Amino acid sequence: MSMTITEKILARHANVDQVLPGDLIDVNVDMALANDITAPLAIKVFKEIGTHSVFDPEKIALIPDHFVPNKDIESAEQAKVMREFAYQHQIKHYYEIGQSGIEHVILPDKGLVIPGDLVIGADSHTCTYGALGAFSTGVGSTDLGVIMATGKTWLKVPPTIKLNYEGNLLPWVEGKDLILYTLHELGINGANYHALEFSGTVIKGLSMAQRFTMANMAVEAGAKNGIIEPDEITLAYVAQRSSRSPFVCTTDPDADYEKVIEIGVDKIEPQIAFPHSPDNVRPLSQVGNITLDQVFIGSCTNGRLEDLRKAAMILKGRTVANGTRLIVIPGSQLIYGEAIKEGIIQTLIDAGAVIGPPSCGPCLGGHLGVLAESERALSTSNRNFIGRMGHPKSEVYLASPVVAAASAILGRIGSPDEI
Amino acid sequence: MKIEGKVWKFGDNVDTDLIIPAKFLNVSDKDKLAKNCFAYLRPDFINTINHGDIIVAGENFGYGSSREHAPLAIKSAGISVIVAESFARIFYRNAFNIGLPILESEEAYLSIREGDQVSVDLSTGEIEDKDISKIFFARPIPDFMREIVDAGGLVEYIKKKGLTDDRCV
Repeated sequence: MSMTITEKILARHANVDQVLPGDLIDVNVDMALANDITAPLAIKVFKEIGTHSVFDPEKIALIPDHFVPNKDIESAEQAKVMREFAYQHQIKHYYEIGQSGIEHVILPDKGLVIPGDLVIGADSHTCTYGALGAFSTGVGSTDLGVIMATGKTWLKVPPTIKLNYEGNLLPWVEGKDLILYTLHELGINGANYHALEFSGTVIKGLSMAQRFTMANMAVEAGAKNGIIEPDEITLAYVAQRSSRSPFVCTTDPDADYEKVIEIGVDKIEPQIAFPHSPDNVRPLSQVGNITLDQVFIGSCTNGRLEDLRKAAMILKGRTVANGTRLIVIPGSQLIYGEAIKEGIIQTLIDAGAVIGPPSCGPCLGGHLGVLAESERALSTSNRNFIGRMGHPKSEVYLASPVVAAASAILGRIGSPDEI
Repeated sequence: MKIEGKVWKFGDNVDTDLIIPAKFLNVSDKDKLAKNCFAYLRPDFINTINHGDIIVAGENFGYGSSREHAPLAIKSAGISVIVAESFARIFYRNAFNIGLPILESEEAYLSIREGDQVSVDLSTGEIEDKDISKIFFARPIPDFMREIVDAGGLVEYIKKKGLTDDRCV
């Protein structure tokens, strides 16, 4: 029987020939992931279960990225819990700050996820790795604690919604705009419990960085996972980073999708998500005059080298508007180093940006750029809920790095064409 | 098991940042988390409610992050059960895993008012609003998830069943 790519990966990890949407299956996990916020709770669960060793110290990644370098005593204590557990259990993929970065940026970059893998992370944006043709999804800390002990978990096989992107992209339109547009079409619960398969000639033309951006925000529509069939671009990316052989699979031509949504991209402009929901999206031409106190370029959505490169291209020889603050945070130490070599960081500094240490930064409102009451920010991250980046009466707008860079120069939300 | 309490009503898409803003996630202690439950939406929620009270909410409750701190904060604040039109995927799983019972009923959400006295029977899914004298039936919880709730959460369930149980190994 024919299956979708998501079903094939799940069947393989459940050691069965066939799965159908709705099936409850036990799966083997290739990589289990947690961060400095979710790991301490998972470690507590692990200890309560009473097992003495982790299922495989090479298949667990523990990444300090949310509140690092630690912002206060409590977050330092949390990071310490994770660090000590990592040392005690000889967790291979524990990366201390200085060699680390945002979990969803560094796992692919270090070659820890390849096509066909099954990754479970105690972070909702674990769905990012679907861009590599892997099945990956977020869970809570208890599930993760059990996985650290057993290497297995149960999953319900999701039905798949296929999104088919065809046409030619307008200037300044990238993966971020496509996913924001899609969220507007689907709504924030439009893909609840579903797999979202991004396909079509437009997706095949996107770089890995832009594919990660799209898969990253699948969860914003409630999806269990987002996925893109591996192609030459995926395999070239993986070949440079991993010596494992990938399980490359694609959806069978006659596989059953629950729904196929055709998206013509010819008229899609750069998109902006308005407060306080990532599906509250308008095209840039209909935004009006929205002045900005802060612009943030970074996060697991848009903190990759290509994102910084594009921002620097816009900001080169220009300066950030008076009254607007620009925070740029490279997604990893590796990206930071590359950005220095390419002159990107110098360009950004000359324009008036402040560069933060590789981390989640202000995305979740706890650290490194928190907003005051009634302040307004444009961010390249993925969520703009009430109080997400600070005060409950602050506002967050979401956009791509090129729009963010142009907006920092203009001091209001605007297009690169206006500078 | 029958639970009875006063209802605190919420709307659609109550996200995890509203349940507990990320700035309070620098701790894992459940009592500290409970103090900041609904910090922006209903400040001082823990001292407003009585132990055993019930949350009734609209669709997609718990949307957003994977933070298990969200259901933990609600449970530790004293809420005994959440009845919502629907739940976001990760929150649903997390709630069962930590032993916070949750039920889905659109009718209950539409009829039950804030402050109503409501009883919930977890074994039958029967929800009774005593103030408006109406009974609703929630979608039944899948059997194996009921076992997890009955055990008091996934950890207790695993301890009981042992790691060799073929569902949890």
